[in-house]
Amino acid sequence: MAQAEAVDSVVDKQPVIEVRDAVKRYGVGDASIYALDGVSLTIEAGEYVAIMGPSGSGKSTLMNILGALDIMTSGKYFLDGIEISSMDENHLSIVRGRKIGFIFQSFNLIPRTTALANVELPMAYQGIKPKERRARAMVALDVVGLGDRINHEPTELSGGQQQRVAVARALATRPALLLADEPTGALDSKSTADLLDLFDQINAAGRTVVVITHEDDVAHRAKRIIRMRDGKIISDKLNEERVA
Amino acid sequence: MSVFEIIRFAIRGLFTNRLRTALTTLGIMIGVASVIILLAVGNGSSKAIQASLDRLGTNSLQVRSGGGGFGPRARASASSQKPLTILDTVALADKTQAPDIKQVAPIVSTNGTCVVGANTSTPSTFYGTWPAYYEASNTSIQKGSYFTNDDVTNARRVALIGQTTATALFGTSNPIGQTMRCSGIEFTVIGLTSVKGASGFQDGDSLVLIPITTMENTITGNQALSSIIVEATKSTTTTAAQSELTTILDARHGITGRKTADFSVFNQASLLTTASTSSQTFTTLLGMVAAISLLVGGIGITNIMLVTVIERTREIGIRKAIGAPKAAILTQFLIEATILSLLGGALGVVGGLIGSHFTIAGTKPVIVPASVFLAFGVSILIGVFFGGYPASRAASLRPIEALRYE
Repeated sequence: MAQAEAVDSVVDKQPVIEVRDAVKRYGVGDASIYALDGVSLTIEAGEYVAIMGPSGSGKSTLMNILGALDIMTSGKYFLDGIEISSMDENHLSIVRGRKIGFIFQSFNLIPRTTALANVELPMAYQGIKPKERRARAMVALDVVGLGDRINHEPTELSGGQQQRVAVARALATRPALLLADEPTGALDSKSTADLLDLFDQINAAGRTVVVITHEDDVAHRAKRIIRMRDGKIISDKLNEERVA
Repeated sequence: MSVFEIIRFAIRGLFTNRLRTALTTLGIMIGVASVIILLAVGNGSSKAIQASLDRLGTNSLQVRSGGGGFGPRARASASSQKPLTILDTVALADKTQAPDIKQVAPIVSTNGTCVVGANTSTPSTFYGTWPAYYEASNTSIQKGSYFTNDDVTNARRVALIGQTTATALFGTSNPIGQTMRCSGIEFTVIGLTSVKGASGFQDGDSLVLIPITTMENTITGNQALSSIIVEATKSTTTTAAQSELTTILDARHGITGRKTADFSVFNQASLLTTASTSSQTFTTLLGMVAAISLLVGGIGITNIMLVTVIERTREIGIRKAIGAPKAAILTQFLIEATILSLLGGALGVVGGLIGSHFTIAGTKPVIVPASVFLAFGVSILIGVFFGGYPASRAASLRPIEALRYE
């Protein structure tokens, strides 16, 4: 596939994620451990994918690679048509800001900062004008149902609300990919249900969603489930009950 | 990402830990204030020395009997010494031979105690002289009148006294017109001299001046002069005046070739140079102490910023994960450090300016304007320099590790 040329071609035809032969090795020589052992993966625009696996399966490593938070030992990674496997940390942070919306297990909001300011922050780093980013942040907070709590700081919000602020922060930058790492890990069942409904909504609106989880009921809301073990993909199939 | 945005982040960062911000600021503030105050004290003391020397009269020279130096050589020549006389004084007043000498006054000094009733006072300066002395020694009167050439000619028993002597003898009452007994002789006080202040260990106001003729007639007898005070026409001509008087006295005393002079000349200007050199050393020392405290304040900034970076590792990770470029993080922490030092510097300047209004260790501080700008400028540089290391550590944190940090 002539990927380099594809960058400038029709945007909606190219996959959001294309990973080829990703290897992540820790240590050297005999003592080395393969966290990722030749993973290849393609995710098209508009997909809703769950990546599952027990701890130590390499799913967190894969999440870090997909999220451009870590670099792989060898292999290639095209994110939204741009090869980022050879980029340095400084360029990666710009790519993260523009292409990826993160949702973490522990919310990772900036402490002592209002919900609105938290949602605006990634746009601030992108250089979007204050007026525009305020408007976009308000819309995003409305979408997640927190339009009336924009001036609350993280400590004044429940876990479910904090996670929804994080979703708003991820959405406001209009990323190519929404990447959620164990998003329901710290939530009660009611908040979990609300959040998963929100993901359905977001995906229905056309956004690509990738969820890393070890919980079956979370994974079964996705349209495609990838299972990992020992740094390899062991199964990759469509979720019959959702696609049908 | 505009700079203003980053400044806002930095200010918010500082506000989240007010106590720490305040304490760090205090460190820099103390450093800057002490630089300003200590340099002002040094400057003030050198100004004070200069002022007291100015009061003594910088364009005056003093000629004393005896060669320079002490010890066997000075004593050996004592036998062949000619004393200073009134005739020497008159010769020095010769305008054609000594055009740079304005006026000359002879001094006969003695030690004596003055008594008024039960009050006694031993003036540290008890001189017999004539009116040229006033200007040459920078002496003026605040009350009463000077004794005149007529008083000298008639050897009248009149005296000028200094403030210290007046207080000791007459308390708070007006001394003018009153009588006192000095070395057994009765004098009428006709004038009170203006306050001179202390110079060195000597109280310039413990003073009794009487006509030289009265001194010789009644107290000391017709002896040699203690010294001659010579006033140059200007402070810039003191050196010329000194060489003129040396030439005249050499000729009169037969000093030629290798014969050592039997008189020595004391120059107030050279005293001034010595005094200001020592006060400069003093100022430099104070400045160094202050600079060290500023440096310690700077290290305080590094310390606090390092703690801040560690404490906010996770926050830095989040910022990087959501797209903060390295430069934005670096700038944010650098600005935080700079604001700390800027704030501390500004408060230090205010503190220094206020502190310099008080008298410190007997010295009225005089602010050196350059020290204010220097201290303020250095404090900002310290912020950038000492904040640079923690900032670059923050900027080079890897997001994946920073996010995992608890």
